[in-house]
Amino acid sequence: MKENVYLDYSGTSPMKKEILDEMLPYFTLDYGNPSSIHAFGRTSKKAVDTARDRLAKTLNAGANEIFFTGGGTEADNWAIKGVAYALQNKGKHIITSKIEHHAVLHACEYLEKQGFQVTYLDVDQYGLINLEQLKQSITSDTILITIMYANNEIGTVQSIKEIGQIAKERGVLFHTDGVQAYGNIPIDVQDLGIDLMSISAHKLYGPKGVGALYIRKGTKIDPLIHGGAQEKKRRAGTENVPGIVGFGKAALLAYEGLEEHQLTMIRLRDKMINGIMETIPYVRLNGHPSQRLPGNVNVSIEFIEGESLLLSLDLVGIAASSGSACTSGSLDPSHVLMNIGLTHELAHGSLRLSLGDFNTEEEIDYVLEKLPPIVTRLRAMSPLYEKIKGGIENV
Amino acid sequence: MYSEKVMDHFTNPRNVGEIENADGVGQVGNPKCGDIMKMYLKIDNDMITDVKFKTFGCGSAIATSSMATEMIQGKTVKEVLQLTNKAVAEALDGLPPVKMHCSVLAEQAVKAAIYDYAQKNNLHYEDLDDFNPNDDHDHHDDIEEE
Repeated sequence: MKENVYLDYSGTSPMKKEILDEMLPYFTLDYGNPSSIHAFGRTSKKAVDTARDRLAKTLNAGANEIFFTGGGTEADNWAIKGVAYALQNKGKHIITSKIEHHAVLHACEYLEKQGFQVTYLDVDQYGLINLEQLKQSITSDTILITIMYANNEIGTVQSIKEIGQIAKERGVLFHTDGVQAYGNIPIDVQDLGIDLMSISAHKLYGPKGVGALYIRKGTKIDPLIHGGAQEKKRRAGTENVPGIVGFGKAALLAYEGLEEHQLTMIRLRDKMINGIMETIPYVRLNGHPSQRLPGNVNVSIEFIEGESLLLSLDLVGIAASSGSACTSGSLDPSHVLMNIGLTHELAHGSLRLSLGDFNTEEEIDYVLEKLPPIVTRLRAMSPLYEKIKGGIENV
Repeated sequence: MYSEKVMDHFTNPRNVGEIENADGVGQVGNPKCGDIMKMYLKIDNDMITDVKFKTFGCGSAIATSSMATEMIQGKTVKEVLQLTNKAVAEALDGLPPVKMHCSVLAEQAVKAAIYDYAQKNNLHYEDLDDFNPNDDHDHHDDIEEE
């Protein structure tokens, strides 16, 4: 019987019913434009403000520091381009890392074409930046450090507090792409010294197409979207009221149940990692062994290619992800995997299993039952495997 | 994304394996681009009497290898040298444009195996005059559109 095991929560998550229930009236009954002064408008505005309050509380931020966007990518673009343009008279140097999400990397590359300079920091084998290299990269021209909170592929959580301290000491703004971290680990923007942080609703069981940017009060930033006076004149466009309401509810639920969520995810994650390592030879765990997201499993399975693995898993009802080039339509495998030092063969054979609240112990058992024979089947077909076959059979 | 035929050949690939004492063996592709195909041929009286393959690659790479082996079985060497990547892709009811390079690789793997056979037996095939088995077989840019 075909199971239905979803293990791609880092890609997106299913919406929880209570979140959808809270959103529904704002499509049909309370449909006012929050900018309108009549009662319909006031109802919507109140709902948006409630969501803003909820998000702010989860981050230990002020409600006036939360700005809604059309998703995490927009928030990243706004943070980077907005700060760059606002502070270009002060300096034109930005520091980021080589394993950022494309929303950050491509925004930085765009700015390079506009005359900005960008330093792309190396990462170590676990995906961590070197804090000394960060310090040495800061110049009098540096205006922004943008380093992701947690990596979307390998789950490595950066030393955010230390980065925040370095940025503060040197008078440089610190933006972090918190899309993967938000809802999965506690985040206190005051304690961590974060000036700007991007987050997204659909990674924590909320709707797609809604995000937010935390902007510390007093931070100079230009708007990315020009138009009306919404979001305190900083992000124009009629608010996605149902989406924002859903985001608020998702944030509330995520942080009310955070401790239990973390414990469950870590238990399931470690069971998955240990199970894979024990049953399949020639597997490498990607990402930091302990400084990683609670629900992230990323392994490279030698001698096989990621897309074949994903297709085979899908045929037995398991939805996963890979950093293989063949799933992305590009020539090169994941820039993250290449930058942590993997060979092309290992990067092509990557498998990401990202866990979430609806996963069960039985589902992990099911994956651990189905994965080894799939690997065996694909390896039997692989000309790379035959070279060391004798060695593997003796393992 | 993939046709039913591609999925059929991916799920139940035909002729997987190796041939001991094969008359021709060819390997193309490289791990850098994520695809390697290896073809083994048994050739008797200029006829392909047996063929096996091994592939490191995506679903499309496995399916095109499998389909190519079916298409050349029982054919003469000269007939096999007329096999095009387009014919392999068509036999699979098409491939996504980004995956057409896999069919190129399947065609090249067959040619590489016949090249090896020709070298071993001091034979000459005009269709292989321009073929170099040591080319860097990164065929991502060598795509014949469907």
